[in-house]
Amino acid sequence: MSKDNHMSEEILSLKGVVKSFPGVLANDHIDFSLKKGEIHTLLGENGAGKTTLMNILYGLYTPDEGEIFIDGQKVIIHSPADALSHGIGMVHQHFMLIPNMSVCENIILGNESKKRGLIDEEQATGRIETLSEKYKFSLNPGDMVKDLPIGMQQKVEILKALYREATVLILDEPTAVLTPQESEELFEILRSLKDEGKSIIFISHKLKEVLEISDIITVLRDGKAIGSVRPDQTDEGHLANMMVGREVILKVHKEKMHKGKPVLEVNDLTVFDRRGVSVVNGINFNVHSGEIYGVAGVQGNGQTELVEALTGLLPFVSGEVIIDGAKIEGDNPREVFERGTAHIPEDRHKYGLVLPYPIRDNLVLCSYYHKPFSKRLALNFPVIIEKSSKLLKEFDIKASSILDITETLSGGNQQKTVVARELGREVKLLIAAQPTRGLDVGSIEYIHKKIVETRDAGCAVLLVSSELDEILSLSDTIGVIYKGQIVKTLSSEEATKEQLGLLMAGILEKT
Amino acid sequence: MDVKKIFKLRAGYQDLLIPFLSIITSLVIGAIIIYASGANVYAAYKGLWQGSFGNARTIAETFVSTTPYILTGLAVAFGFRCGLFNIGAEGQLYAGALAAAYIGYAWRGLPHFIHLPIAIIAGIIAGGIWGAIPGYLKAKTGAHEVINTIMMNHIMIRLTDYLVKNPMLDPKASVPRTAYILKSAYLPKIFPGFRLHWGFILAIIAIFLIYYILFKTKVGFEIRTVGLNQDAARYAGMNISKNFVLAMAISGGLAGLAGAGEVLGLNYNLPAAFVSGFGFDAIAIALLAKSNPFAVFPSAMLWAALRNGAGLMQVRAKISIDLVNIIQAFVIMFIAAPNIVRYLYRIRAEREKAGVLLTKGWGQ
Amino acid sequence: MEKSNYKTIVFSALTIILNLLIIRFSFRFLGQDLKSIIGFGKLGSISVFTGRTIFILACLGLAGSIFPLVRRLEKFINLSFFVTAFVAVATLILWAGIDSKFDIVGLLALSLRLSTPIVLGALSGILCERTGVINIAIEGMMLTAACIGFTAALYLGNIWLGLICAVVSGAVMSLLHAFLSVTMITDQIISGTVINILAVGLTGFIRRSFLIRARLSRTAILPIITVPLLAKIPIIGAIIFTNQPIVFMMMGLVALITILLFKTRWGLRTRSIGEHPEAADTVGINVFKMKYQNVMLGGMLAGLAGAWFSLETTGSFDDLMTNGKGFIALAAMIFGKWHPVGAFTGGLIFGFSDALQIIFQIKGIPIPPQFLWMLPYLITMVVLAGVIGKSTPPAADGKPYIKR
Ligand SMILES: Nc1ncnc2c1ncn2[C@@H]1O[C@H](COP(=O)(O)OP(=O)(O)O)[C@@H](O)[C@H]1O
Ligand SMILES: [Mg+2]
Repeated sequence: MSKDNHMSEEILSLKGVVKSFPGVLANDHIDFSLKKGEIHTLLGENGAGKTTLMNILYGLYTPDEGEIFIDGQKVIIHSPADALSHGIGMVHQHFMLIPNMSVCENIILGNESKKRGLIDEEQATGRIETLSEKYKFSLNPGDMVKDLPIGMQQKVEILKALYREATVLILDEPTAVLTPQESEELFEILRSLKDEGKSIIFISHKLKEVLEISDIITVLRDGKAIGSVRPDQTDEGHLANMMVGREVILKVHKEKMHKGKPVLEVNDLTVFDRRGVSVVNGINFNVHSGEIYGVAGVQGNGQTELVEALTGLLPFVSGEVIIDGAKIEGDNPREVFERGTAHIPEDRHKYGLVLPYPIRDNLVLCSYYHKPFSKRLALNFPVIIEKSSKLLKEFDIKASSILDITETLSGGNQQKTVVARELGREVKLLIAAQPTRGLDVGSIEYIHKKIVETRDAGCAVLLVSSELDEILSLSDTIGVIYKGQIVKTLSSEEATKEQLGLLMAGILEKT
Repeated sequence: MDVKKIFKLRAGYQDLLIPFLSIITSLVIGAIIIYASGANVYAAYKGLWQGSFGNARTIAETFVSTTPYILTGLAVAFGFRCGLFNIGAEGQLYAGALAAAYIGYAWRGLPHFIHLPIAIIAGIIAGGIWGAIPGYLKAKTGAHEVINTIMMNHIMIRLTDYLVKNPMLDPKASVPRTAYILKSAYLPKIFPGFRLHWGFILAIIAIFLIYYILFKTKVGFEIRTVGLNQDAARYAGMNISKNFVLAMAISGGLAGLAGAGEVLGLNYNLPAAFVSGFGFDAIAIALLAKSNPFAVFPSAMLWAALRNGAGLMQVRAKISIDLVNIIQAFVIMFIAAPNIVRYLYRIRAEREKAGVLLTKGWGQ
Repeated sequence: MEKSNYKTIVFSALTIILNLLIIRFSFRFLGQDLKSIIGFGKLGSISVFTGRTIFILACLGLAGSIFPLVRRLEKFINLSFFVTAFVAVATLILWAGIDSKFDIVGLLALSLRLSTPIVLGALSGILCERTGVINIAIEGMMLTAACIGFTAALYLGNIWLGLICAVVSGAVMSLLHAFLSVTMITDQIISGTVINILAVGLTGFIRRSFLIRARLSRTAILPIITVPLLAKIPIIGAIIFTNQPIVFMMMGLVALITILLFKTRWGLRTRSIGEHPEAADTVGINVFKMKYQNVMLGGMLAGLAGAWFSLETTGSFDDLMTNGKGFIALAAMIFGKWHPVGAFTGGLIFGFSDALQIIFQIKGIPIPPQFLWMLPYLITMVVLAGVIGKSTPPAADGKPYIKR
């Protein structure tokens, strides 16, 4: 490749950037520089401060300290408008698309050309089609964004930046929502953009792909820049060490499974999402006691609704669900709870916790109503206090007392609170949805350990995760979900990442 | 012990400081308006004070007005705790007044210890039903309670007007009103010679009862959970619809009790010209109290004092009683936007705590 | 599935009962040879037998409301609802038209006039909520504007200056709303309530301190404008092209805001903020500026609506004269699914129910006036209950936008 001729000029750099949020120093004197025509990766685990740094560069956050230079000139970026005018485009971790608007409207927003006072849609459509063809995106400007699959939505985001003729493109964890094959496709696009002379900041915490795509890798940890390395001078173990600051055991320790009788049986279950669209389409699978059944799939293939239906948050449209030998009615979380089901919800802030409550109240959120936590109409505080203090210790939640407000806890401790509540009683079935999303490595290890312990105690575990590595390392059996159906079930020994990726994309045929 | 605990648990010192400064600032703004319209500030505020706390009679009268303010304030606060904005306390108060008046004059021959409780309970139930309807509509159709309770205020005010002028009219009266209630339905006076009646004691009891329900019972736990995070409440197996209806029914019941108290303890009939306004002021009282049942008491007293003192203020300083409304609006504004007060007095923000957040679009 | 069936049955049952009641009601007139006279403005009038007409209409209504029950088709609920509503209204009109002419054109013209503040209020709500700010302070803004406009017209001696002052005062009140809800991140419903209470105090204060004391109570009202030529078109001319200025402005604004909202840069940006303010921000749109701008434009519309009460209708100002119309406007907005044309339709329905009530009272129909007054509030509740179909607000409506 024509590396050396244009890779020397530095086009952008950040010097001594500091940004703090209440209680966290998200960026601590970070230096970062980007050269023309390179793919520069920011690597770091969740909460390391990658998104914060990029949001500062993009004008969304104001830094407490630090300077930004573009083409050697010091600039002050007050707002995204400033960033855009310097040719910086960003694809955010959580897409900034408006579901109720068309692809065209989303792309031209903020950059509309006018004709006689009105928006010139014809011209915009033309430009979008040209660009889309050039990069082989096959996007239709008239489609509504909410009807597009997640991979296509990402292309809309990229096109949004290209439409504005960005020369620097920031992609914040773009592969988190893609299958391995889709990621490959994205890398092809990134390489061709690089060949055009565009510079790319690529953010990830996945070591393999980082080694594959980057020209240079800068590692962030706890808000500090640890160092920069070239991919040919490093390997996975070294990067992991830089990222976490200690030796990481990449493998979860797990005994052989002792599979028992089926605890969860799902037969021909169909579920509609809240808009009334059928997203789970006659799904079938069983989870046995002593087994971890992992559901692998690209986000948006019905996983969320499947879990919500199984836990009583969404009604069944048809089909049946049997928990521990008895059929359940559905649409009633308490019914499921009383059958001995624990549920670690996907969105702990939405479902799992009442953030303004003290930890104590969150620990009895599901059991407050029965003995011994209440007597007739009144709550029985002595028992509640005793139980919650016990859970606090047992599950190692770091807080000064059970009266600490849950909101003030770190993400890891909040998730431990959920886990403590759900596993701190007799359970036969654990349904864990994205149990480690957004957590630091320490908490991830803790939660993985708990899930394996639960399985070893003879409980059935349904694990839904969009992290393929998590599925592969924890599951005994893997079911691949595609368009609301399990397209293949395989044992974890025989599964490979590549095969799963193809299945998740709906490419290998059903069996 | 419990009272102290809530204040420790839920009230930092800013929770007391900010309301205090809000009131002071609003009074200063009031003073500026008085001054600007050419009246004497000192005379106006002296009138306001003497009209509310000047002597034993005015003090007793202030407590007379405090009574419905406590009850309607509790009603709105209770709704807030469930994430519901009950602007309908006024209509629910009318419903309670209607029911109590009807039982009071139409059911004859009952002894006092039966007639009075029945009349009171009828008021509570009528208010409760009138409150439960918008709760039910919200639960079943997602229709926002703010608009529905306002609509139901208008409907109830018309309905009262119709009933009092037609089926419930006392034909012998010179102004349209219902018949006088029987002595057996009277809420007795507390001190001879003063209008302060046992409704006041009921209101105090209601404060403790509501505190107990909210913080010590299963029902209260559910209602507060629904109010803070509906999704989590549903996850925990709570029935959101049931809690909406229940919270609105209890809220309406409190307002209905206020209406019953006005009829049974004060007016002894229901005139067509009955205008309370308590239900609207109750919103401010609940906000000022941050939905804390105990804090409703001082807030209600402040509002009663402003309302009662306004008359003398008008006489002494020739300033329109509407000034009091303006002052009240500013008090709520400062309470709702504490950052203005913090800015004015250079107070640093504590860690932001989650307050009531009501705005959730228009449902569905 | 189960639930919608249940809904179908309840609804059909209600409409069937109503139709049966109307049939029962028609017996009152069937025996007698009573005739109703229905007028069509200058085109003349027709007269029909009251009893028979009502009877036939109600039978049709009955058929229409049994239909969805038999076929178990939910989508016909709306149809049966509208048919029944039509039958009920027609019955009332026929009843009112017995022996004395009931002029339909007059009714429609009055409906349009009475819908004016509601539609303007709803447009105000649309502007605010499309940028994600809930505005329940329309009532307070209207009341303030009615008062300020009237006071200004009196003191300045010019009604048009009064109109301008009304619009400006609406903008000032909405500036407070924007400040509280956008900058101070106050809960938007509480912020609106503050303004509503403040408006009551402020206008009462002004009335008692300046208007009553100065013995000023009346001014002229805005003149009726007749559009040349167009006013001569039969029926339409009388209803649409002969009106006072604020009515014309209302109709013009419905069209204008529709185009602006869906065809222009401003409109696209406005809608994007109401749906997803972060997305708007990340493409360089100044979310705060747009929110302020639109809330204030909304305030001006509410101000115009307020002027309708004092300057176009009564020529005076009374305490609480807006009478809950601001909240009915919100219902019209929801009914119209946040679309100007929909809001216009909703406003017309409310205007129609108001007009019916006024005409019935003039005609001395023996329904207690209190019940007629309740009508618009009841309809509002029915509308909100989603009888007319689900209506989804902009996704970020009411959520504060917090920037770091
Ligand atoms: N808007 C915010 N408010 C408060 N804390 C934040 C905010 N954004 C990020 N943080 C905190 O800053 C730290 C860095 O977060 P982030 O930059 O998102 O990490 P990354 O993108 O590397 O996962 C985390 O501890 C996170 O909790
Ligand atoms: Mg991130």
